[in-house]
Amino acid sequence: MLVFVGAAQVAPAADLPRGLDPGADADAFPSTYVPAPSQPLAITGATILTGTGEEIAGTILVRDGKIEAVGAGLAIPPGYALIDGHGKWVTPGVIDIHSHLGAAGSPSVPANDDTNEASSPNTAEVWIEHSVWPQDPKFRLARAAGVTTLLLLPGSSNLFGGRSVTVKNVPADTVQAMKFPGAPYGLKMACGENPKSVFGGRGRSPATRMGNVAGYRTAWINAADYARKWDKWRTDGGTGDPPKRDLQLDTLAGVLKGEILVHNHCYRADEMAIMVDIAHDFGFRIAAFHHATEAYKLAPALATEGICVATWAEAWGAKMESFDGIEENAAMIDAAGGCAIIHSDDGLLIQRLNQEAGIALAAGRAAGLPVSRGDAVKWFTLNPAKAMGIADRTGSLEIGKAADIVLWNADPLSVYARADKVWIDGATVWDRADPRFQAPSDFLLGQPGQDFAR
Amino acid sequence: MIARALATLSLLASAPVAAQTVAIIHGRVLTMGPAGEIADGTVILRDGKVVAVGAALATPTDARVIDAMGKIVTPGLVAPVTSLGLAELRSLAGPDDRSSTNDGISAAFDAGDGLNPDSVLIPVARLGGITRSIVTPGYDLKAGRTLLFAGQAAAVQLGSGGPMLVRRGVAMVLAMGEEGAERAGGSRGAALASLAIALDDVRSYARRRADYDRGETRALSLSRIDLEALIPVIEGRMPLLVTVNRASDIREMLAFAHTQRVKLILESASEGWRVAAEIARAGVPVLLTPIENVPASFEMLGATLSNAQRLHAAGVLIGFEGNGPDREREQRHNAGAVVAEGLPYAAALAAITINPARIFGLADRIGSLEPGKEGDAVIWDGDPLETASRPVAIFIRGVVQPMTSRQTELRDRYIQQVRKPQ
Repeated sequence: MLVFVGAAQVAPAADLPRGLDPGADADAFPSTYVPAPSQPLAITGATILTGTGEEIAGTILVRDGKIEAVGAGLAIPPGYALIDGHGKWVTPGVIDIHSHLGAAGSPSVPANDDTNEASSPNTAEVWIEHSVWPQDPKFRLARAAGVTTLLLLPGSSNLFGGRSVTVKNVPADTVQAMKFPGAPYGLKMACGENPKSVFGGRGRSPATRMGNVAGYRTAWINAADYARKWDKWRTDGGTGDPPKRDLQLDTLAGVLKGEILVHNHCYRADEMAIMVDIAHDFGFRIAAFHHATEAYKLAPALATEGICVATWAEAWGAKMESFDGIEENAAMIDAAGGCAIIHSDDGLLIQRLNQEAGIALAAGRAAGLPVSRGDAVKWFTLNPAKAMGIADRTGSLEIGKAADIVLWNADPLSVYARADKVWIDGATVWDRADPRFQAPSDFLLGQPGQDFAR
Repeated sequence: MIARALATLSLLASAPVAAQTVAIIHGRVLTMGPAGEIADGTVILRDGKVVAVGAALATPTDARVIDAMGKIVTPGLVAPVTSLGLAELRSLAGPDDRSSTNDGISAAFDAGDGLNPDSVLIPVARLGGITRSIVTPGYDLKAGRTLLFAGQAAAVQLGSGGPMLVRRGVAMVLAMGEEGAERAGGSRGAALASLAIALDDVRSYARRRADYDRGETRALSLSRIDLEALIPVIEGRMPLLVTVNRASDIREMLAFAHTQRVKLILESASEGWRVAAEIARAGVPVLLTPIENVPASFEMLGATLSNAQRLHAAGVLIGFEGNGPDREREQRHNAGAVVAEGLPYAAALAAITINPARIFGLADRIGSLEPGKEGDAVIWDGDPLETASRPVAIFIRGVVQPMTSRQTELRDRYIQQVRKPQ
């Protein structure tokens, strides 16, 4: 279990209420997620794509919500529920590293539009979890498509859009009950057209890409200054007046301390290179570039930097900065030894990230790149988990990890694949044959869509 | 055998050449016509047309022979609602000719004008197997829009070089439901009334053109050019292509079209499944994006992946769309995704080939591999609906098409830096 570094490192400030103490308040809306009850489980005879690149024919054993064993010829202990996987396929649960579900709720009416706090170029103080409506019908649609974990992001109207939240895709009444326990926070940043057009359009900075960069650098300078003041106050024993807490600078300072991961919406190669320079200058890491349609142009450099690339296969060209998008992007990142991810940013595409990876795989192979089916499965399982800082707990079918599993009726990279069953922490959350797991969200009750699981 | 076939294909693909005689042999041919599926078939294209399709056909001596052993041959795909040729980047106004804010040009706006055959979006769509499309005008999305009709759709061909336009005025495009209501002053009733007034004015104009020109008629709700453009609609020669989603809106449009005696094509129709029998009874076809299952608005609360399958089962003629101008190539994957939901495979393939041709009155020329039809064919390296499959050769009007796009050129410029040394 990852402990909140921010909370663990700082000296207690006994005389400060939690809400005024950036260290004490880092987990202010704590996860109340509790795995649903589960029983020991054995899936036999399926083709298992482990998420680590391997493809094996065998059995997977689940106990206490965790992967107990994976392999060929495993003996099944007594008392295990048996799932016949012959002719079927197993993968880790699908992870979408770029989603706005719940914050951009459906129906998409202004009242449900809570993704962009587009009131200032820097809104690092907002937390997307405060916008998440767990009844968004799209969560269930994504669950039926095998999505077990999501990174929900604010933005991308601003240079700094705010904090992300990682959720388990379980039916819930509150966002706290979905929060992935111990998952690190992320900070959404955005390059390029969005911030400059949103704010430039209002006659204020940033109106250009150079204005964007000035905005990033100014913010990091302020964040470093803020972090130093708190550090000094603590080093001095927490006596005298504490610095005034600033939620915006808290988030940025958390990035500088390595506690909060940067997720950077950035399409163009030249801009990504500038963002890397900024990160070097101020001493933080970028976990992933998102959208990143031009990542293939600097694939070796991104691999060397250890920055993941979250992208699509088919989406490109909606705007100038995505004009150079190509189907082979993920495969080229992979071939360069980098960390490729297929993401959605969309309520429809999230239901077929597996298929999108299949398209990217086919494009890569047609271009002569030696990409395996196991590699392509990593693009929507282990690699996003890595970039989200939760790969020690989910994202692959390895012993001791959470039993977040999908049983597919066909090769998951096929257009015909559907999720027959989905487990989160070993508990069934979706069963295509069992209406108990197909309940519509509260919103759809009594409405024309309530009878449809998909 | 396969290696030789591929070598032949790459030779052919080096540049578009003029139509000549081509014999595609040993392919599994999904004709989408009366010949059905031919396990080991030959397709012969000559002078831009399909001249023969069948098993064990003799190969003409002058033919360029393409061995399609182990591959699948289909008609070129038809995208039934696109803006290919009318827009480049969706966010860029300069090259965007999809809509007009000019109040005097509504029904008269013709998607067949201003087409750009050099759009970089076209080769990308074509590499998804799409050889034809119906270019439909859109609406200006700015606030305060008032236009009743978006304009007229045009049938185009997506062959490299040469004019795109095939036929103008294949449909009159209109959005009703929430969007139509907004444009008509805020309510569905107002939109239906506006539409009724407009058609009534067209009838009046058509009867009394001379009086109109002398200024001796009552004031009409549309400009002269718009009134002219709507005459084929009131005469039942040009269908109204109406975007609606809510079941009640579909019902009202069916009743409206019946009363007004106009031909109707429904577009989007998220809740079509709820009134599928009525749509079938009215003989009205439906164009849809079959993967659309998110209740994205209050008029789409019943959106479901089973819509296409239910409409088809009820006997409705359906055609499938892609996912926007830059993502038209996803059309075939959209079709595959609903095969997984129970739509028969042949119905899914029909929805991206022969059905759109039928719906727009083009089935005598395109949509299937039949003698006499235009020589639009695609050779695939596998199931055309699958993620893993790609076209290996594409013919439009009998002319082999380049297998390149701006995207493949970008790929080829950068791919060397990620290839591992052998």
